[in-house]
Amino acid sequence: MGKERIDNFLIDVLKEIGNIGSGNAITALANMLSKKINMSVPKVRIIDFKDISTILGGEEEVVVGIYLNLEKDIEGNIMFILDMESAVNLLNMLLPRQIEELDELSISALSEVGNIVASSYVNALSTLTDLKIAVSVPSLAIDMAGAILSVPAIQFGLVSDKALFIETIFQEGDNLVKGSLFLLPDIESFEKILLLLGVL
Amino acid sequence: MKVIKVGMADLKVTKAPGILTTLGLGSCVGIALHDGVNKIAGLAHAMLPSSDEISNNHNKAKFVDTGIDMLIEKMIMEGANKNHLVAKIAGGSQMFSFSSNNNILKIGERNVLATRKKLKELGIKIISEDTGGNYGRTIELNSEDGSLMVKTIGHGIRFI
Repeated sequence: MGKERIDNFLIDVLKEIGNIGSGNAITALANMLSKKINMSVPKVRIIDFKDISTILGGEEEVVVGIYLNLEKDIEGNIMFILDMESAVNLLNMLLPRQIEELDELSISALSEVGNIVASSYVNALSTLTDLKIAVSVPSLAIDMAGAILSVPAIQFGLVSDKALFIETIFQEGDNLVKGSLFLLPDIESFEKILLLLGVL
Repeated sequence: MKVIKVGMADLKVTKAPGILTTLGLGSCVGIALHDGVNKIAGLAHAMLPSSDEISNNHNKAKFVDTGIDMLIEKMIMEGANKNHLVAKIAGGSQMFSFSSNNNILKIGERNVLATRKKLKELGIKIISEDTGGNYGRTIELNSEDGSLMVKTIGHGIRFI
């Protein structure tokens, strides 16, 4: 099978994982909050890495990035990104008081959400492939979108000039949250996934 | 004044009084070259240290090694003299940290090391650098005097 076809197949698999994962993530959040959360159909897109940061409002826009390692049967990373407004709205859903600025408690709450969201996608991947996958403790950074996105862009840069990007928008009351997720298995893990799905 | 934006895995050259900028450098490295005599500036935003390590290497600007070669070539085409070139570098930070070893997170450091090595091989002196740390940088290179402005979130603005 040509490399091109494998790439296309991988992208389809990742899209499917994106759809299932978004559903899982919202269910987990709704259960945790005991609140009704509405979710729009997630947008799964393949984009040129040059355009990644413009999606989030420009390279210098300050965003929250939550980054986790994938471990056990496969290796790689997962990254969840929120713009500042979404981060504050999410915290207002989670915490009993109004948030103006990100303090230590809110950073730890955001990391936990990142963990839940990442695990939801990883479970989808795990179910489709029968692979055991664990996620590490999250690492969080608040900085320019370009700088934070350079990390997944470099990882994608190793295999391709395109990136897989999943955008999920969900809402509870007046709080609208727009989250972007990058799923980044390493090259060997890509192959392992394909092998298990009977493609290689 | 003309400000030209350099994207990720991209490079641009300009003559005085032009300004070259690249926004939100993280683990990537910004390589600024300047010919002070002919007042020509070149800026590359490289993502990975070496084009030898991977097969998908058609975009020369993506890599430190081939990016620097291409940048110099373009600057000479615009009238720069290789012997007049000096370098300033910025970026190469580690945005996230984990207790476990993760090679991809050290890519910033590897980008900086590859840049120093390549410039040394070419005999181009690095006159200043602002690299490492765990934060992003926006940089602006002035072709008139070769000054490089480094802007950060919460870590100030400086000229190097």
